[in-house]
Amino acid sequence: MIPVAVMDTLQIVVLVAVAAGATVVVRTRSRVRQVLALSVYGMLLAILFFVFQAPDVTLSELTVGAVALPVVLLLAIAKVRKPEQ
Amino acid sequence: MTPGQRRWFFLIAAAGLVACYLWAFAGLPGFGDYPGPYGQEVLRQAVRQTHATGVVSAVNFEYRGFDTVGEEFILFAAAAGMSVVLRRLRQERESEPAGEAANQAGGAATPATSSAMRVPALLMVGPTALIGWWLASHAQTDPSGGFQGGVILASAFILIYLSGEFLAFRRLSPVALLDAVEAVGAAGFAAIGLAALVMNLPYLDNYLPLGQFPGAVSSSGTIALISFFVGLEVAAAFVLIVGEFLSQTLLRRRSA
Repeated sequence: MIPVAVMDTLQIVVLVAVAAGATVVVRTRSRVRQVLALSVYGMLLAILFFVFQAPDVTLSELTVGAVALPVVLLLAIAKVRKPEQ
Repeated sequence: MTPGQRRWFFLIAAAGLVACYLWAFAGLPGFGDYPGPYGQEVLRQAVRQTHATGVVSAVNFEYRGFDTVGEEFILFAAAAGMSVVLRRLRQERESEPAGEAANQAGGAATPATSSAMRVPALLMVGPTALIGWWLASHAQTDPSGGFQGGVILASAFILIYLSGEFLAFRRLSPVALLDAVEAVGAAGFAAIGLAALVMNLPYLDNYLPLGQFPGAVSSSGTIALISFFVGLEVAAAFVLIVGEFLSQTLLRRRSA
């Protein structure tokens, strides 16, 4: 059987940062700011995957979570935004 | 149900949830403990069997290649469905003069793109496209793959839009071309698998020469080829999706 690893400091720091980032996304009320927070959160998740030794998942998360999804959401918000706002 | 009853209902349910959650946590294996035999076996065999040093790609495009075909067509169906829905909306809008007036009110104040945005975005287009292309064509040797490469390639097009060059964005990515590239990417993957059937092999069997050196770019047979087709499909699908959303947004802006 493989010896069970111990979580190192960097992994704990990044896990805490991801939990904090997710909380910020949920607690943000303004839609545009929420999308930007989501983008930062995607970046944090990408760092998390990198620290946990999954560089290929990092690349996917970096592009989809931090770039593609926020762009599509911002465009959708721009489309439905009311003129007076 | 009165508010009091509702609160009790919530408290009981929350207590049950917390209890189940803690119980599940207590039964989790230790951190980093991997009891599955399959992963260890793949790690032992993959490089020898496929000549791909990117073992994740070997799993994605060879051992579990059939799953990846399914995922590929999920994205294909999503992009196709989205363009169908948004195109119909655009036609409705164009044939409806009352909507135009409302649109004109909406898009009055669109500031021009600043140089601080335009210059870095344009500078990043080339490197981004290069990285995307590299990733899509090096799945067999490195921790990359068609999906990551395709999305990064698509973000090069998004950068062109961010630099304020919407017309260049549209000229570089006409919808008909994107549709064709996406179809070629998705069909290429399926066709590589079907070709194996013609040769009396299992679907998606790796029938191409594996190359002499594990880790060479020309090695790993169908894995590299499939990854490249996935890259084409994903890049086209993402540019198509973002482009359709952009057209929807700018339609209103442009009529102002």
